[in-house]
Amino acid sequence: MGIRFILMVNKQGQTRLAQYYEWLTLEERRALEGEIVRKCLARNEQQCSFVEHRNYKIVYRRYASLFFLVGVDNDENELAILEFIHLLVETMDRHFGNVCELDIMFHLEKAHFMLEEMVMNGSIVETSKANILSPIQLMEKAS
Amino acid sequence: MNPFSSGNRLRDMIRAIRACKTAAEERAVVRKECAAIRAAINENDQGYRHRNLAKLMFIHMLGYPTHFGQMECLKLIASAGFPEKRIGYLGLMLLLDERQEVLMLVTNSLKQDLNHSNQYIVGLALCALGNISSAEMARDLAPDVERLLQFRDPNIRKKAALCSIRIIKKVPDLVENFMYPAASLLKEKHHGVLVTGVQLCTGLCKVSSEALEYFRENCTEGLVKTLRDIANSPYSPEYDVAGITDPFLHIRLLMLLRLLGQGDADASDCMTDILAQVASRTESNKNAGNAILYECVQTIMSIEDNGGLRVLAINILGRFLSNRDNNIRYVGLNMLMKAIVVEAKAVQRHRATILECVKDSDASIQKRALELVYLLVNESNVKPFTKELIEYLEVSDQEFKGDITAKICSLVEKFSPEKIWYIDQMLKVLSEAGNFVKDEVWHALIVVISNASDLHGYTVRALYRAFQASTEQESLVRVAVWCIGEYGDMLVNNVGMLDIEEPITVTESDAVDAIEVAIKHHRSDLTTKAMALIALFKLSSRFPACSERIKDIIFQNKQSLLLELQQRSIEFNCILQKYHNIRSALLERMPILDETTLRGRKDGSLPTAVSTSTIIPCDLPNGVAEPAAAPIGDLLDLSLDDVPPPISSCGDILQDLLAIDLSPASALSGTSHPPKAGTDVLLDLLSIGTLVPAETSPSALDISSSGQDNKAPLANSNGLASLPLLIADSPASSAGMMDLLDAFDPITQKLEENGPAYPSIVAYESRSLRMTFNFSKQPGNPRTTFILATFTNLSPNVYNDFLFQAAVPKFLQLHLDPASSSTLPASGDGSITQNLKVNNTQHGKKSLAMRIRIAYKTNNDDILEEGKINNFPRDL
Repeated sequence: MGIRFILMVNKQGQTRLAQYYEWLTLEERRALEGEIVRKCLARNEQQCSFVEHRNYKIVYRRYASLFFLVGVDNDENELAILEFIHLLVETMDRHFGNVCELDIMFHLEKAHFMLEEMVMNGSIVETSKANILSPIQLMEKAS
Repeated sequence: MNPFSSGNRLRDMIRAIRACKTAAEERAVVRKECAAIRAAINENDQGYRHRNLAKLMFIHMLGYPTHFGQMECLKLIASAGFPEKRIGYLGLMLLLDERQEVLMLVTNSLKQDLNHSNQYIVGLALCALGNISSAEMARDLAPDVERLLQFRDPNIRKKAALCSIRIIKKVPDLVENFMYPAASLLKEKHHGVLVTGVQLCTGLCKVSSEALEYFRENCTEGLVKTLRDIANSPYSPEYDVAGITDPFLHIRLLMLLRLLGQGDADASDCMTDILAQVASRTESNKNAGNAILYECVQTIMSIEDNGGLRVLAINILGRFLSNRDNNIRYVGLNMLMKAIVVEAKAVQRHRATILECVKDSDASIQKRALELVYLLVNESNVKPFTKELIEYLEVSDQEFKGDITAKICSLVEKFSPEKIWYIDQMLKVLSEAGNFVKDEVWHALIVVISNASDLHGYTVRALYRAFQASTEQESLVRVAVWCIGEYGDMLVNNVGMLDIEEPITVTESDAVDAIEVAIKHHRSDLTTKAMALIALFKLSSRFPACSERIKDIIFQNKQSLLLELQQRSIEFNCILQKYHNIRSALLERMPILDETTLRGRKDGSLPTAVSTSTIIPCDLPNGVAEPAAAPIGDLLDLSLDDVPPPISSCGDILQDLLAIDLSPASALSGTSHPPKAGTDVLLDLLSIGTLVPAETSPSALDISSSGQDNKAPLANSNGLASLPLLIADSPASSAGMMDLLDAFDPITQKLEENGPAYPSIVAYESRSLRMTFNFSKQPGNPRTTFILATFTNLSPNVYNDFLFQAAVPKFLQLHLDPASSSTLPASGDGSITQNLKVNNTQHGKKSLAMRIRIAYKTNNDDILEEGKINNFPRDL
């Protein structure tokens, strides 16, 4: 329900982070990622950020060299998801300090932790950056 | 250090992978790493386990299989340290899913962790459970999760709330347990808990209606108050997004209010104030504000009617639509689609904007706008809309043309106020985008044209003009060719001019030229060429002056490599040369095609009432070469061996080719040209032992094109009898003549004109059904027997979809007329009758024999009865 998957893909089409909230086999995932990324990469700046694909919608936004794609159900509020993407980026920014694609790649598990604090089972859990980052900061202090 | 460990840290591996220039290199690196990890797993190495798992996750994300790492996750989860547990749970959630049996092993660890003293570990467990628990796990661990809903730490509570959503989805019986705790969650102050609490309630409402009732009564006011507080709250740095406090919470609350207010007037009343406040006071220059407004409008549209609110909502919609940002416009269009159900008039006001959106360069917006246009069209505004759409068709891109064309065609068909307008629009569409038009559409156009008899002249002239302008669009060429063939005399003589037309002079040879162009054009496909040949043939009778020239053109195709064309040209040539006397009868103007039958067929129902006509069966409506078919068939069936004469029965071939339960299209109209072929196909099939049904309700199927294609496929690809068509330049003339004459007999024979009388027999009787045959023959024709079959229902249930099929041995030929109805009333209250005509070529030497199959539906069961009839009178 709600969010089906979250993907971060760079401009060459390589997946940097993938979190699925519904089960798909590996081949299905690769096929899906390929199709969607091709569609989004082909669009230009002027076009709107929502793409319809099969029976759900993709909301995407480009930040520097990385595309953030969120697949949602048809009855979800798209503008809210856009806000959520922005929130996600800001949270990562606060943690990593000027986050870039390499940060996400090399600290993949931290990116996942953050995402997990924010979204669970396809629904948004927490939207306050402080609350999201506190367990992660605690963990870093401990290790 | 373990000699088998790869020694790399995660980032080294990532660096190595990034350094690969080709996919093969990357695969090699990954394989090496996987091997190292596998070896480490075998060694049961403690130290680097979490590092290995992190690597596995990266590799998994790249798309390689990593199932060997699943047990590692479990071991990590079971270890005591927090980082290990963390990675273990993360790996669990990424690498596994709820269907794996490995998950069962985790249940115990999860249970322990849910009761752990360290709240972060509890949080981890809840997270994992919430993301991938299966139904059994959910059931086992539900009590723990319930308890945690009231834990002191808000972080745990919020996670427990989301976890509960998954649990109730997997195990709906547990809903009652969660209802009360969920209600208490709604009174929280912590935003995180609130958001999840609201989502839990939404989930509960969706799953169970008693939960919905409960929440509706108890919580609506509370929710309204919460929303009011949030909307009015002062600036809070934690949750602020673009000046609005926690828009996510706003939106979730609005969603829940929508669910609660739908269909319930009291709840809706409670909400009206706050909705009005939110709608009017939220700033809309930022995305967050717009998101809230969007949700607000959706809620207003769904709850019970309140005039003032609706007006407010529509105003907001209007603002969205004129916004420059594409996202907002898309969202506005979305809202309009939902609003149109409720407030159609208001939406009509925005018609112009919507039309603008259809022309937008953005594909998503175009699609939405087009759907919206389709919903908006009604009789009064169909003309301007269509005009706009057709103008747009000329400039749109290729991939979009198909969609637009389909929409325009269906619009025009549904709402056209008058025939001439319909024909005009369709002509324009065909000229622009004929290649995208589906077959049914131009078939329907032909039907309409033939029905509009006063417009024939106008139509054919318009088509001629369009045809002269361009021959690129196949459908246009086909329709034009058909019309010129049919109404060529009107074209030449300027018959039936309407006031708005300009006069054009077309001579007979011009018309023939046009068709010749169609035949010779390199892009015309088989259907077009075949149609053109027929049209020429028709013209040969209407324009006797050009007859020589037409004969030449037809003759040229005799050597064509395409079977269909060759066959047609030879047959037509035959008729032109030898059978002048029947030619004019063959080529009379076609009768009006029956629109209702066509529509009924399109709607998927089998028309049971079919107009039987006593026209000479050869003069067939859609100008398909069935007239030629009859002679050929008869010419050939003298050699009665295994050659099934390739007679048309479109349905049968289609049936064979497509394996669909079609009824034979012998004609567009409802004329009953009984598929003489049905049996001929059967002849050969009988030897293989399967029954091909000779179906009897001729309804138009895939109409002219299939009709035209029928001969070729039947002749050479019937799969069962792939015998080459022996073209009859034939010798069979005399016998052929006789059979031709036979075919001219109207099938609906009156039984009074009988020769010797034959006793009627009970052909088939079972416990539930009786079938009797009454025989009659024509006086001069001992070989042909007319049989009247009567079916009586012997059971107390009504039979529906009654279908009778028959097969005969090779020396017989069988025609089946349509049955009188397809419903057989119970207990002999009524009966179905059906006419059959059997031609016994071995009359006098062998008597009739027949295998039958009867299918019907009773009490929702499909029943099939089969049998053999041996008790025919001897001298039939």
